[in-house]
Amino acid sequence: MHSLLIGLPLLGAAVLLLGGKRTNAWGHYFATAMSIGSFLVGVASFSEMFGLPAEERSIEWTLTEWISVGSFQVPIAFQLDQLSIAFVLLITGVGSLIHVYSIGYMEHDANRRKFFSYLNLFVSAMIVLVLANNYLLLYVGWEGVGLASYLLIGFWQHKPSAATAAKKAFVVNRVGDIGLSLAVMLMFAFFGTVTFAGVNEAADNASEQTATWIGLALLLAACGKSAQFPLQSWLLDAMEGPTPVSALIHAATMVTAGVYLIARSNEIYNIAPTAQLAVVIIGSITYLMGAVIGTAKDDIKKGLAGSTMSQIGLMILAVGLGPIGYVFAIFHLLTHGFFKAGMFLGAGSVMHGMHDDVNMRHYGALRTAMKITYATFGLGFLAIIGIPPFAGFWSKDEIIKVAFSYSPLVGVLTLVGAGVTAFYMTRMMAMTFFGTARWDDDVHPHESPKTMTIPMIILAFGSAFGGMLLLFVADIESWLEPVVGFEHAHHAPDNAILIPVTLAVVAAGAALGWIQYATRDVPRVAPADVSFLTTAARADLYGDAVNEAVFMRPGQYLTRSLVYVDNKVVDGAVNGTAGFVGLVASQLRRLQTGYARSYALMMVLGALVILATAVLVRMS
Amino acid sequence: MSANWFIILSAILFTIGAVGVLVRRNAIVVFMCVEMMLNAANLAFVTFAHTNGNFDGQVIAFFVMVVAAAEVVIGLSIIVTIFRTRRSASIDDASLLKL
Repeated sequence: MHSLLIGLPLLGAAVLLLGGKRTNAWGHYFATAMSIGSFLVGVASFSEMFGLPAEERSIEWTLTEWISVGSFQVPIAFQLDQLSIAFVLLITGVGSLIHVYSIGYMEHDANRRKFFSYLNLFVSAMIVLVLANNYLLLYVGWEGVGLASYLLIGFWQHKPSAATAAKKAFVVNRVGDIGLSLAVMLMFAFFGTVTFAGVNEAADNASEQTATWIGLALLLAACGKSAQFPLQSWLLDAMEGPTPVSALIHAATMVTAGVYLIARSNEIYNIAPTAQLAVVIIGSITYLMGAVIGTAKDDIKKGLAGSTMSQIGLMILAVGLGPIGYVFAIFHLLTHGFFKAGMFLGAGSVMHGMHDDVNMRHYGALRTAMKITYATFGLGFLAIIGIPPFAGFWSKDEIIKVAFSYSPLVGVLTLVGAGVTAFYMTRMMAMTFFGTARWDDDVHPHESPKTMTIPMIILAFGSAFGGMLLLFVADIESWLEPVVGFEHAHHAPDNAILIPVTLAVVAAGAALGWIQYATRDVPRVAPADVSFLTTAARADLYGDAVNEAVFMRPGQYLTRSLVYVDNKVVDGAVNGTAGFVGLVASQLRRLQTGYARSYALMMVLGALVILATAVLVRMS
Repeated sequence: MSANWFIILSAILFTIGAVGVLVRRNAIVVFMCVEMMLNAANLAFVTFAHTNGNFDGQVIAFFVMVVAAAEVVIGLSIIVTIFRTRRSASIDDASLLKL
């Protein structure tokens, strides 16, 4: 039964892609049904698992043999445990809502069928990723979601910017994938197995050095897929894709695969403090980078993308903290899945009503025109900045707490990040829904159809109550504990101090944002005389410039000089040899006069030479 | 009579033959010069055979004559054929083998 989780969306993708135009009329309903079906199977599996005692909850099943070489066996085998099911529910749940939303959003798109088939393909690949019981099959899912992401970012490939963004995402992800393949190879070389169970077992006896290398390789993989520094640059451009794609793939699910990977490999990281430290550093840098970028973007989707980068940085930071952090990283991942997907759908709804204009400077005062969007986006906003009792508060607060127990410096960083988050989210909220109306005369903002608003409402409920549900009803700490391990943080600051401090920082950030963007006029054109930091943030903190200067240009020079060497030296040697032979031959052929007498002369001379040599040799 | 005189005569005949091959254009004359060179060689063979007191050189001289007779037949027929087709016995005219 559990294979249906993957099978249904895969069937949907296959029917839509192979069925061609015949499925145009009903393909999108079929794909949505397949996604919902997968979700229902997930819910059934979850309720079944919920009734079992903790140690029996993890089940494994083998579909078929895959790679069988001597003692190296990799079957297509899956593992459904407490961690996987959380992801399965997130992917199929949010995925189904986004399928429904897309029915409305993509209504007039000529390639709607293709869009839905790619969405289904994505869902099935993502479930393969989280259900695989070994790293090699995980790799299959990993590449599958990468492919779906590429196809969907470039869905409007007639726009050069979308085609470029897709290619960029693909290339940057390949860099990360080197890390995953290296990690798989290292595991095979050192442990002789690539299953999670086998690796976890072998990790107990592994040397710290081995674990560190594997951990760093996995971190590289996570950086690529989860858009972490220094491979973050693709995510902002990925917003060229249709908004439901941004919500599903580039906010809620695929980009969190890196967090899953590290949480899944917890046994490796637990014995490799250096790798953990690297994870924390990467997470912290991205957390702040994303937040800073988010403060300067006028494009609503890019602002949200910066925010996504930042929030995933926070999760990566949390998984780097070890057993005190894994649970909360996953917790934050789930709540983030709700509120960020909800806000992306909200952004899509706003764009839908504003003639696909994404510039927030052209919005303003939309709260009256789009009440449902305003309310759902608002709940997501309260959740992300961490106002109790909304979802983000519970998860973010716990992460800040364990970060303080890990190191006061990291704790302060997370606190600063929370303040910046509050600032840019308030800015986004104020520029979109408050202030004065700045839209063009021919734009008439209107609320989106029900197929779009209902998923937003459901996700808004998730943003509001998801945190409490997961923490108090599902008891996520003891739920995930058998898989990722859980320790209570020592020396953590008391909630009685931490929560007021956090809320004060958040309130300060929000107030600053409110004063700047709601009470003052927002110019329709972005002001040019801004501080250096704003200029840098608008340019994605020069991520692209650095990549261009450090990798692209030297690479170009390298290839150009190689081409030069090839043309001049290699080809030169070959052509030169041929030319030399030709030249000599064309000179030598003059000897072939055709006159028998000259040949005879040659013979006589030759004979004389031989004779003279013989005589000289005899004499000496 | 010293063998040297025979050898000197052989060398003179050979040289005349070789020079004739090189400088004359008429195919018949060139052919006769070749024969002269062969006969010069024969004379040397016979002389050395006589000097050494065995018959090896004599036998070889016979071989050379036989081969030369056969060669003359073929050579002359080629020359005649060329003369018939080209109305010329000059070997410089038959220079089609050049590149």
